[in-house]
Formats: sequence, C-alpha cells, structure tokens
Amino acid sequence: MSIRLEHVDYIYEDNSNQKNYALKDVNLEINPGEFIGIAGHTGSGKSTLIQHFNGLMQPTNGNVYFDGKNIYENDFDLRGLRGKVGICFQYPEHQLFEVTILDDVCFGPMNFGKTREEAEIIAKKALLDVGMSEEMLQKSPFELSGGQKRRVAIAGILAMEPEYFILDEPTAGLDPVGRGQILNLLKRLHETKKMTIIFVSHSMEDVASYVQRMIVMNHGEVLFDGDKREVFSHQKELEEVGLSVPFYRYLAEDLNQRGFTVSKDILTMEEAKEAILKVLRKKR
Amino acid sequence: MSILQVKNLVHKYITVGDSEEDKQEVTAIDDIDISVEKGEFIAILGKNGSGKSSLAKHINGLLMPTEGAVYVKGMDTRDKRNLLNIRQNAGIVFQNPDNQIVGTIVEEDVAFGPENMGMPVEDIWDRVTSALEGVGMTAYKEASPNHLSGGQKQRIAIAGIMAMEPECIILDEPTAMLDPKGRRHVLSLVKALNREKKITMLMVTHHMEEVLLADRIIVMDHGRIAMDGTPKEVFSKVDEMKQLGLEVPYAAELAWQLRQEGVPLSETITTREELVEELCQFV
Repeated sequence: MSIRLEHVDYIYEDNSNQKNYALKDVNLEINPGEFIGIAGHTGSGKSTLIQHFNGLMQPTNGNVYFDGKNIYENDFDLRGLRGKVGICFQYPEHQLFEVTILDDVCFGPMNFGKTREEAEIIAKKALLDVGMSEEMLQKSPFELSGGQKRRVAIAGILAMEPEYFILDEPTAGLDPVGRGQILNLLKRLHETKKMTIIFVSHSMEDVASYVQRMIVMNHGEVLFDGDKREVFSHQKELEEVGLSVPFYRYLAEDLNQRGFTVSKDILTMEEAKEAILKVLRKKR
Repeated sequence: MSILQVKNLVHKYITVGDSEEDKQEVTAIDDIDISVEKGEFIAILGKNGSGKSSLAKHINGLLMPTEGAVYVKGMDTRDKRNLLNIRQNAGIVFQNPDNQIVGTIVEEDVAFGPENMGMPVEDIWDRVTSALEGVGMTAYKEASPNHLSGGQKQRIAIAGIMAMEPECIILDEPTAMLDPKGRRHVLSLVKALNREKKITMLMVTHHMEEVLLADRIIVMDHGRIAMDGTPKEVFSKVDEMKQLGLEVPYAAELAWQLRQEGVPLSETITTREELVEELCQFV
C-alpha cells in the first residue's frame, strides 16, 4: 500500500523549444498514515509533484505506482484513483459554485455514482468534520467568510472519502484563527481517521508543528526527504534555496551562542518553552 | 498637515439573497477616525472580515463612504474631480500579483500609470527607468511578466505605482501568495521606500513578523478600531490580541508563555534579539 514515484521526470518546452525539467529524477514513496510537509520556493516543482500523485499529470519519463500497480497501464482505474487520492488546490474556495453549501459538497460523491440520499449523508458528515453546523447547510457558500469558504471547499474533497489527502498551501491568505482551524482539522483527520496527509506550505513553523516527514523541493529535484528534525538540521542548505528553519531553531542557536545551553534541535514553541524552563529551574 | 484623514467613516452594503426579503445590511466599517502623518509606516491587522480591506479601498476612492469622509492631502474622495489626483498620490498593491499586471512587457506595464496621467513620452520613460531601478528589476525591463515569480510580479506592481511618484502606497496583503524569499524581497523594498523616499505606507497583513517593520499598528475588529499604537504597545497586550482572534510575533508569544510560568520577562519583548538578551541575564 503506497504511492510510489520512480525516476519521474516532467519535461516541458518553452517558446524557444528549450527543454525544462519541472521534475527531475524524483523518487518517493508515500506510505499510508504518514503526515508529510512539502516545502520549496515558487517554481521548485511542488505543485507539479502533487499532481503526479493522482495522475492529473503524466510523467515524461519514469513511473507512478499506486499499491504496486502502474497507474498508466491501460487497465488501471484512474478515475477510482482520484477518489482515493484527493487534491485540494490553492484557493479552493474559488471553485465553489453551487447554490447551497450542502449541494456543493454533494457534487463530488454524486459524480462518483452515489445517489442524492447517499451523497447527502456523506456530505453532512464531511461538513460536520470541518466544523460547519447543521443550520449552515442550506446557506449559499458565497455568504461565508474566507476561512469558512475554505473549509466548505475542503469538505467537498473529504466527501470523496479519500485515503490520501493532499493540500497545496491550504492556509494561504487566512487569518490566524482560520489557519489554526485548518491545521487542526488536518491533524484530527490524521489521528482519528488515519488519513494520510500531505500539505505544501511556506511556513516552516507550521510544518515543524504538524508533520513527521518533510520533503524539500529545489529546481524540480528532491533536495531533502526525511524526518523533519533531520531536514531542519540542514539550516545552511535550506537558506541557500530560499527557505529557512523555524523561528524556534534560530532562537535556540542564539541562546546557545550566548551560553544559555539548550538543545539545538528545538523546532516548536512547546519545545522551546520546555527547554528554557528546564534551564531556568536548574539555576534556582 | 496629515496626509490621510479618515473622519467618522461608515461603510455599509446590502447583500441580497434569493428573495427581496432576504436583504441584509452589513456594516463593514463602523465609525472610525484615523489620521496619518507623512512618512509613517502603518500596519493594519485584523481577522478576515474585520474591515481591513474595505478601509484600504476607501483611501484611494475604490469604495465610497456611506457616512463620514476620507481626505488624501486634503482632497475629499467623494468629489469625483479629485479622484485622478488622489489615485496618483495613493496607489494600491493587491494580494494576487496575477490580477494587477496589464502590460505584455515589464516596462510597458510600469508605464501604464504615467501614460494615463497624460505625461510626455520622454518623462514616462524616465519615470519607468527610475521606478524599475527602485524595485531592483531593471534587468527584467524587457521580460514578459508571466515569466516572473510571484515576488518579482509584486515588485513590478509596486514599480507601476512608484512611476506615478505617489506620496502614499497602500498594500493589501502583498505577500500572502509569495514564498519566503519573495516575501523578504517585497518587504525589504517596502521598508526601503518608506525609509529612503519617505513614502507613507499602509500595509494590511496577517503576518505578525511583518508587522514589526511598521512604526504603528492599527488593529481592526468588527469594522472598528480595537487598538492603535506602536508594535511594542500592541504586542504587549497578548491577552487582548488573542481575544481578537489574532496572534503576536513568535518572540512575544514565547515570552508571554514563559511569563505565565513565572519567568520575569518584560511585556515589551517582540523580537528574537530582545528575548535572547533578557533570558541570558538569568544565567
């Protein structure tokens, strides 16, 4: 059980017929139950990469396997794959279109052959999962705030009951409350439904707080892929490709330089707080 | 004289549902007063729907007051004859770089503003040249904007405004769609234009770390001004900010958490350097 990319290249030609690699020799395996963050500068291949996970884009070279089966073999059920691997693109609320919130979320499951009654049951469950109350369901999605619209759009994908849920910058443009709601929703889906979550983010702090594994893309290649703590130990290389390490790791470095000895591996607020309190308690 | 004055500003709009009875009046801005001095760098914070963007759009007359008034250099935005002049003096940069580029070549795009002002051609090119230089994009003057990164596009959008030699730039979440590098470039440009050219900046943002660049922060909530002060004044009120659904910079948050545990840190900590400095005094 996994999504596996083997030697994947994605090559496109620009105006001058020059070959450009959007992806170059990418080898990855996404296993069920993982919580993964993908980082990289604009144009590093993040969005191209995630569209290979459910066959929306086809590699120029190399292969993509789902549960061991090549997804570009003739008899492979690509449509079924797209039900199992759900992708939520940037600003998904721009794709809301139905008259009511409930109708909008029913669209996916009905498209996959469910009856209206079945779809409604699934849609209501998905909307409750993202924190929308029963009385909202008959409202127009266009009356909602930015954060609420985003959650309805996410419910639209959850209603397909995917095994793998992939999101491209799901918190972009949201205020802190909206951002926390989305990230905690992902955490809950991962913990309670054992859903595999992969999200693209520009916030190293968010990645550090939520994921286990981190993939860093640079010029279409996988620069780092591993445990987040290991990846964030490559501070210099990350800065060289336009990224950074979390605020708390920089803080730990500064503290150590000044003789306030804490672990250099600190990534989150909680870890920083614990480490600092431990030092201060010893002193007293 | 203040460069911007917002007096008793109220903005209401009506949403219409399926039927006529479904009409609802929404108050986006609810009686606010602000005055901005030339050269200030103001950050506007507030959760989604707090009225930040509505306020920004009033400043160059994209939205009109329902009640009250907005003056730019003394010019009333309600008077149509002032609008062209106001928009030359107060330009807006929006969130999405792809929605605000009109030219097929970078220098044409930047020339759009001064061209519309009816300037002589030679003057237009002078302005385009210096605007592109100002944002560090001279090397791209003949490039097609759609080959640029998000951060580069935002710098072009800022150059387009700079070419009109405005006194004030309003930025509505200018970095929301950018990666960390693009964000750093845009922010350092905004800061430099403020410090060196004394251009008044009003920046709407959700990023608390960006806010530290500003001299003054206005926090909006439900169409009203909830707080107005220096970053230190605003971020020392961590509880209040949390109640408004907002965050404070990482260093201020961590200092607050440590204070809850009894560590005697000052409430004015907003940066990493300040936090490190105080913590090191304990060892």
